[in-house]
Amino acid sequence: MRALCYHGKHDIRYDTVPDPEIEHPRDAIVKVSSCAICGSDLHLYDGFMPGMMNGDIIGHEFMGEVVEVGRENRKLKVGDRVVVPFTIVCGECDQCRRGNFSVCERTNRNAEMAAKMFGHSTAGLFGYTHLTGGYAGGQAEYVRVPFADVGPVKVPDGLTDEQVLFLGDILPTGWQAAVHCEIEPTDIVAVWGAGPVGQFCARSALMLGAKQVIVIDNVPERLSMARAGGAITIDFDEESVLERLEDLTAGKGPEKCIDAVGLEAHAGRSIDSMYDRAKQAMMMETDRPHVLREMIYVCRPGGIVSIPGVYGGVVDKIPFGAAMNKGLTFRMGQTHVNRWVDDLLRRIEEGQIDPSFVITHTVPLEHGPEYYDIFRDKHDGCVKVVLKP
Amino acid sequence: MTYRNGTGTALARALGWFSIGLGAAELLAPRSLASMLGMQGRERLLQTYGVREVASGMAILAARDPSPWVWSRVAGDALDLATLAPALDESNPRREAAAIAVGAVTAVMLVDLLCTRELSRERERPPPRDYSDRSGFPQGVDRARGIARQPTTAMGG
Ligand SMILES: NC(=O)c1ccc[n+]([C@@H]2O[C@H](COP(=O)([O-])OP(=O)(O)OC[C@H]3O[C@@H](n4cnc5c(N)ncnc54)[C@H](O)[C@@H]3O)[C@@H](O)[C@H]2O)c1
Ligand SMILES: [Zn+2]
Ligand SMILES: [Zn+2]
Repeated sequence: MRALCYHGKHDIRYDTVPDPEIEHPRDAIVKVSSCAICGSDLHLYDGFMPGMMNGDIIGHEFMGEVVEVGRENRKLKVGDRVVVPFTIVCGECDQCRRGNFSVCERTNRNAEMAAKMFGHSTAGLFGYTHLTGGYAGGQAEYVRVPFADVGPVKVPDGLTDEQVLFLGDILPTGWQAAVHCEIEPTDIVAVWGAGPVGQFCARSALMLGAKQVIVIDNVPERLSMARAGGAITIDFDEESVLERLEDLTAGKGPEKCIDAVGLEAHAGRSIDSMYDRAKQAMMMETDRPHVLREMIYVCRPGGIVSIPGVYGGVVDKIPFGAAMNKGLTFRMGQTHVNRWVDDLLRRIEEGQIDPSFVITHTVPLEHGPEYYDIFRDKHDGCVKVVLKP
Repeated sequence: MTYRNGTGTALARALGWFSIGLGAAELLAPRSLASMLGMQGRERLLQTYGVREVASGMAILAARDPSPWVWSRVAGDALDLATLAPALDESNPRREAAAIAVGAVTAVMLVDLLCTRELSRERERPPPRDYSDRSGFPQGVDRARGIARQPTTAMGG
């Protein structure tokens, strides 16, 4: 089959690789009808995540048709149309039973390696690093889905791929980030990042009843998309984020702050961004926490800082004294997709939200390599790329 | 208007760091630099140039639009060439080193010019797409507000 494979930093190729096979009786093989490129894939592409190997099949946002089922899998049958969450979950361990699916204790094949780095292992993920199990990813014609009797979500034929594809990652990611904010009707929620995840954070915060949502980025068309969803926007190239947020909150700061940017934050003109770039270049810091610093500084005392943006290693100069003394609450994590999907699928069916609005480009899978650049560089108004194998 | 992620911007950032590095060398080691080029006695001048380099490097890195600062580098390159020219004189025993320096400055000047050209190309990018019709809410933004409001738990209720 054909698939997009990682061959090192900024080197993704459309390769021919062996077809996947059932390896365990609970597995299923899914023939991919649609998949997407995610901001998390960019962290791999830009070489910020350790544990990638030459030839790894990437991609973790995908859906399609079940074409083969292991003999112990009683949930799926050939012909089912499914969206596959990016987190691989067993459904049986302590964490899964609590709904903490992204830290499932049993699906990471390289649990020891992960535990060395993080203290404990986290769930297996598709198309991500070997620290999360090194499972072949979904930017491919076919995918082997392990524990396929737990994670995959059957979707009705009445909805298009475009409407349901994002149930596997970015819609529940935005949703979880907003739920983590425990939004009250008087809350102002500020979202850093107007990428696909930020868009869903903003939509979710609005649906969950925020008084006002504010979205911060420097990409004009992404900001226009955020405004379409009811947010006020701040362009950090044009104006001071701190001053605007003060103005918009009568000097008190937003109650809830969401980081939908992650470890590659850029911070154009600030001193701290130069400091981070220099330290990163000298390998003394792996992640650039500009947004984290800004959030801790502006967040209203007693507020909540919610972090769906991905970090991978160590950060420097976090104003922890401010965080502690202001009594901030931090909520974060890879998304517990299966905790939210049934509810979100219902909301899509009822027409409360139609996630397809973020898609700006749909191209054949073989064009994937060039679209990694277009997505990363935000060329041609690109917000979200869907690939068709 | 914003400039981001193009070749020009990347090149400008690289030049910014290069400026800072070169400037630091001129500032901190003017004597060895001067003797290398056979320009003894002009250490002070080299240090002044060092200040100029560091300042323009920082300006390039910090500016929203680096292009005027890159143009100022071009002017600086011209000044450097003018300063180096006398060192090419037959009488300078370190003539060869000076010639190499002239070659290097000329090369850098070309890169600076290339950078200004790329930056102006980036500026000519098409206007941003308008996504103001993409609310994502089939029933409209107002119906979506609070549609999923949840019982509050924050007060322990
Ligand atoms: N927690 C999860 O399970 C999960 C799931 C999916 C994605 N993610 C993460 O969410 C993050 C965003 O993903 P995406 O697909 O939207 O990526 P993206 O790269 O398209 O979006 C990031 C946006 O942040 C903006 N940005 C950069 N620096 C900024 C700053 N200082 N202030 C404000 N905005 C800034 C960029 O311009 C860009 O529009 C990534 O870190 C990704 O890995 C997490
Ligand atoms: Zn993703
Ligand atoms: Zn589990």
